[in-house]
Formats: sequence, C-alpha cells, structure tokens
Amino acid sequence: MSALPPAAAGSAAHTGGYVADPRIRWQEWLPWVLAVAAFFGAPDYLSLGARILIFILFALSLDLILGYAGIITLGHSAFFGVGAYVAGILGAKLGVTDPLVQLAAAAAAAGVLGVVTGAIILRTTGLTLLMLTLAITLVFLEIANKATSITGGADGLAGVVVAPVLGLFRFDLYGKTAYLYSLAVLFVGWWLVRRLIYSPFGASLTGIRENAVRMHAVGAPVYARMVAVYAISATLAGIAGALLTQTHQFVGLNVLGLEPSGELLIMLILGGVGRIYGAFVGPFVYLIAQDYLAKQFPEYWYFGIGLILVLVVLFARGGILGIVDAALARLRRPSA
Amino acid sequence: MQIKPAACLAALALAVCAGAASAQTIKIGVISTYSGPLAAQGDQLDKGFKLYLKLNGDKLPAGVKIEPIFRDDTGPNPDVAKRLAQELIVRDKVQFLVGTVWTPNAAAIAPLTKEAKVPFISANAAGVNIPYLSPYFARVSFTLWQSAYPLGQWAAKKYKRVYTAVSDFAPGHEAEEGFITGFKSGGGEIVGSVRIPLANPDFVPYMQRIKDAKPDALFAFNPAGKQATAMMKTYSDLGLAKDGIKYIGTGDITTDEELQGMGDVALGVITAHHYSAAAERPANKAFVAAYKKEYGENLFPGFMVVGAWDAMDAIFHAIREQKGKVDPDRTMALLRQYKNPNSPRGPIALDPDTRDIVQNEYLREVRRVGGALANVELETLATMIKDPFKELKGKK
Repeated sequence: MSALPPAAAGSAAHTGGYVADPRIRWQEWLPWVLAVAAFFGAPDYLSLGARILIFILFALSLDLILGYAGIITLGHSAFFGVGAYVAGILGAKLGVTDPLVQLAAAAAAAGVLGVVTGAIILRTTGLTLLMLTLAITLVFLEIANKATSITGGADGLAGVVVAPVLGLFRFDLYGKTAYLYSLAVLFVGWWLVRRLIYSPFGASLTGIRENAVRMHAVGAPVYARMVAVYAISATLAGIAGALLTQTHQFVGLNVLGLEPSGELLIMLILGGVGRIYGAFVGPFVYLIAQDYLAKQFPEYWYFGIGLILVLVVLFARGGILGIVDAALARLRRPSA
Repeated sequence: MQIKPAACLAALALAVCAGAASAQTIKIGVISTYSGPLAAQGDQLDKGFKLYLKLNGDKLPAGVKIEPIFRDDTGPNPDVAKRLAQELIVRDKVQFLVGTVWTPNAAAIAPLTKEAKVPFISANAAGVNIPYLSPYFARVSFTLWQSAYPLGQWAAKKYKRVYTAVSDFAPGHEAEEGFITGFKSGGGEIVGSVRIPLANPDFVPYMQRIKDAKPDALFAFNPAGKQATAMMKTYSDLGLAKDGIKYIGTGDITTDEELQGMGDVALGVITAHHYSAAAERPANKAFVAAYKKEYGENLFPGFMVVGAWDAMDAIFHAIREQKGKVDPDRTMALLRQYKNPNSPRGPIALDPDTRDIVQNEYLREVRRVGGALANVELETLATMIKDPFKELKGKK
C-alpha cells in the first residue's frame, strides 16, 4: 500500500512538496464545475449527489493520512461515526440545532479523539497499527450500541433536528440544501487539504511515508508530524460524519465499525491513493456504480462491484487516475 | 411538411399513453434487504410481496395496475434506506412505500413520509416507537412486547421462578423487558437475567449457571437458526430438561423457515407468536399451499412472509376502496380502519389510534407432524391484543 506510483511532474497526480508548483491548475476546477452543473442538470439525483460529496470529503481525509503520510488504517470510521453521533446527539437530545454549531462540535470532538488515539497508536507500525485502528472503531461501535439512552443503540438515533442553514435554507425533500451545503463544506475541506499538501508540512509527510528513518536523521519530528496529520484527518472525517447526520437527520450504527472503513478504503483505492483527486473519482464511480447496479440487480449487485475492484487491482494499480496518467504519458511520449 | 402529421400522431399517441399510465398505474416502492450477510431475511419479505402480487395482482378496480419498484437497502443501513425512500418519492413518484426488515431503516424513512405525505407500511420492522415518528406510518407485522408480554402472564400461572437469557441486541432487550413485565404482573419471580453477546458461540457457561439457579423455566430469545439451535442443544446436553427446567420463548426462536434445519433439539419448546405455518385455519392452509407451489414443496413460510403478504393486502384494500384514485390522507383513514378477519395468521386489524397491528397471539409447542417439525398451536394466548408497550408505557 505504501508503494505508490511515482508521479510525473505535471500529471494528474498531486504529490506535493517544495518543488511542485502549488498554483491551482485549470483541470482542478473541473470537479467543481461538474458539481454545479449536476445541481442544475440532475435535480432528481441530488440526494445521491450529496452522499457522494460527503464520501469525497471522507475519502479526502483518509487520503491525507494513507496517501501522503503512509499511515494505514481500518478504523477511520471511528472519527466519521463520532462526528455523526456528536451532531446527532446535539440535534436530537440537547436541542442544539444550528447546523454550523453541530459541525464545529463534531469537528472538535473528532479532532480531540484523533489527537488522543493518534498519540497512542502512532507509536506502532504495520499490522499492529492496523489492528489498533480497527480496535478503536469497534470499541466505539460497542459504546454506541450499548448506550441506548444517548445513542438509540441498534434502533438508531431518530428525530435529529437540524435548523435551516444560516437560518435561511431548510433541508428539503429534494436534497437541494443538502447538496449545496455539502458542496460548500467539501470545497473548504479540499482547499485546506490542498494547502496542507503543498506546504513544507506536506512535504515532510511524504518524506515520512517514503523513509521515516531518514526523516529522523534529518531531524524532522516524525511522531509529532504524524499525530498532527492524524488529528487533522480525524477532524475532516468527523465533519463528513456530521454532514451525513445533518442531511439524513438520523444516525445508525452503520457509521461505525469495519464495514464503512473498508468501503471507504475501496473507494479511495479505486480512485487512486495519494493524489487528492483520487478521493474525488473513487466515491463518485463507486457510489454511482453501486446505485445503478443495485437498481438493475437488487440481488446480485455486489458481484458487479467486486468485478470492478478485481479489474482495478489487476490492471490499474494507481486506481482510475493511474489509468489516466498512463494514457496521458503515452500520448505525450511520441510528440516529445 | 410531410413529417408533420406523422409527428402529430406520434405526439398524440404518446400523450394518450402517458395520460393512461399516470391515471391508472399505482407505484409501490418496496425497500428490503437483497444483499449482504442478512439477505435471507429480506428474501422472506420479497417472497411474501411477490406471492401476493402474483395471486392477487388482478383483484383491483378495472384499469388499475400496480407497478412495484424494488430497492436494496443492503442490511441495517438507515442512511441508504432513507436515500432510497427519498428517491422513490421524488424521482419515481411512488404512492406507497412498503418494507424494511430493520427497525433503524424504518425509523429513518418515517419522518420523510410525514413531509412527503406518502403512506409507509412496515411489513416487518418491529421497534415499538416507529409509529410515533410519522402519521403516515402503519404497521402490519408485530412488536416483541406483543408476544413476550402475554407469554409472561401465562408463565406466571404455571411457573414460580424463571430465568431469562436473551441475545444482547435491541429485539432481545425488548423481548426480555416485555416478558419480565408480564411475568411479574402475574406474581412470578425472576431468579436471574443474562444478556448473551450476539457473536458468542459457547453457551455452556450460561446454561450451567442457569442450571445451578434451578428455575422452573428458562425464557430464551435469540435469532432462529444457528444461535437458537446451539443454545437449545447446550440446554439438553447439560441436562436442564431432565432437571425439569422448561424452555420457553417468543416465536422468533423457532421460526417456520428455520425450524427444519434446527432438528430434534427444538422438540418440546414452548413459544408464543402470531403466526405458525402449521396453523389449521383454512386461510392459512391455502396460503401455505400457494407458497409451497411457488417456491418449493419443502419450504415453509415464516412470519415475515405473512407480514409482507398482509402489507400488500392493506395497500390493495386502500386502492380498492378509493377505486384507484389514491389520496394519502384518505389512504391513512382507510388503513386506520383496516380489518382482515382472514389473514393466514387469523383475524388482524390496525389500531385506529397508533396505526399499529392488533392480532391474536398463540401458544405453540414444537412437535413432529408428518415427518416435519412444526409449531403446533395449543391455544390462543391473547385475542386481538394491541401492543402492550404502548398500552402500559406509552412512548419510549
């Protein structure tokens, strides 16, 4: 998983670092143009659209630690779930209904959790780390399951009240508000991640991923950097979780545990790890394929998803964006 | 110029077709579980829906057609279920929603039906609270209190001391609470209660403790199939039966679809439930025969199949009464008064106040009938019982 394809300068990859040009290229505006076009072009699909946007933010947070810092995890749903439950409990039990306040609280809770758990588990590597991340999300799953008076347990937390965004835009049946709201939050998240990756901090993360011993040798505070990026990633995941709660006004146990973590990992690998936009392409393709296949073949659609995954793993190690890179490189070579 | 008449004609034909379709086709959104590790449950619902549509699809006012749209919620995933419901409402413009195996999924959909004014009928999801979430929600399945509470009352007349052992998840907790409330109201004594993790394969320590406590009976609740079988097997291996400890529970531990696979350990288990495939009612005999003809001679319909069947029947009733021009508020008014004296499970009705199911609960014993295991109905435990939870405690 740490063997990432070395990206050629100027390709679709965003490896960050000092040498890279941090200016936003014209291609990078494409997803946003598409997203706005989808709002007007496919008004019946906005609830699916909002779900895709939320998972893009979630995948982006995973890309930050997996793709750039090389921290492997199966427990990223812990932060997503905590964010979802914090927003849900505020809205359903404590009467805090302002969406932005809920979002901030969820972000803070997930961030603090990221610092605390990161400080403990990032002392380990490899399989130990993987198991610890998994253990943490399972612990939270069990807490959510048992604390029925607060979380609703297996029945889920119903009746989450979310006030209109900024007091103006009510969450409607067609998902218009949900879509635009998620899009705005994702834009901020994207901007933040991008800034981070092109900063010296981002460069040090790539260094840690490629050779942690060497980073120690040059005097970089490896552990502190890892905890920091883990906490930032946790915060973003918590925000994504809160978005899911707010757009659905319901929280179920399925936001925690292995399944959402695994699914997220699949989406990211499908899109391409360690290149920002892999986190855009992966959830987009995965969720649309899932939606389409599940409608055509309600009983057998998992087979289709499995097939796509096998093909990607066999023939496109860099994910879908890896294929794009290879195609572009082939186009350029004869002319150069 | 030459094209114009043809184009006009085509446009006219289209308009007529579209007009005819929108006036007479009623879309029903069906949300169930078709994939993932829990798909077997969704399959039961699916079989019930499809069997009803196949046998009764034509029993509608002239010109009215039903178009079911099936969607997969992949298991207890409320966010997926809610999104599917949202799409069915805004994109497919369904007039009815029906389904869901899982309580969280139904609870996530319910508030949506309130806003969109789309009647939503639960064919299974049994959480006691769901009807409070939307006035457009009705339930034809059951609640766990409905079987556990009268069983507790009955047990109080026969046994003094009972031990309860349930799986540690929401339905288990509701069954436990319902049974204990009923049992204590009749003056019984609970000598011990244990909640067993769902993923626990070893029942020996629990059964040993129960054996040492020497109760008169053991009230058990866990998912039928592997879990319930393992627990019953440990119960007989450790000799609890020989000590005179009776094994009782709600019908969920000996469901008709799993019973054949459970084997002889299930013999003699006493349960309370609203449906048994072995019931002697003529309506049930016809129903079981139709099921076997459709899906296989060795298969028995479980309570979920009946839930799905009755859900469709309630929808058909509403459509017939309105002669195909359905209005959500009129539908709900009709559903509140819905009665069916001839469901496979006996007489059923909906409570006009809570839109929750009112039905008989039967006391059954697992016996061997003609080579197959069956839940033989012994007596009617409660006649037309409303959800006791709502009667006793109101809202959760």
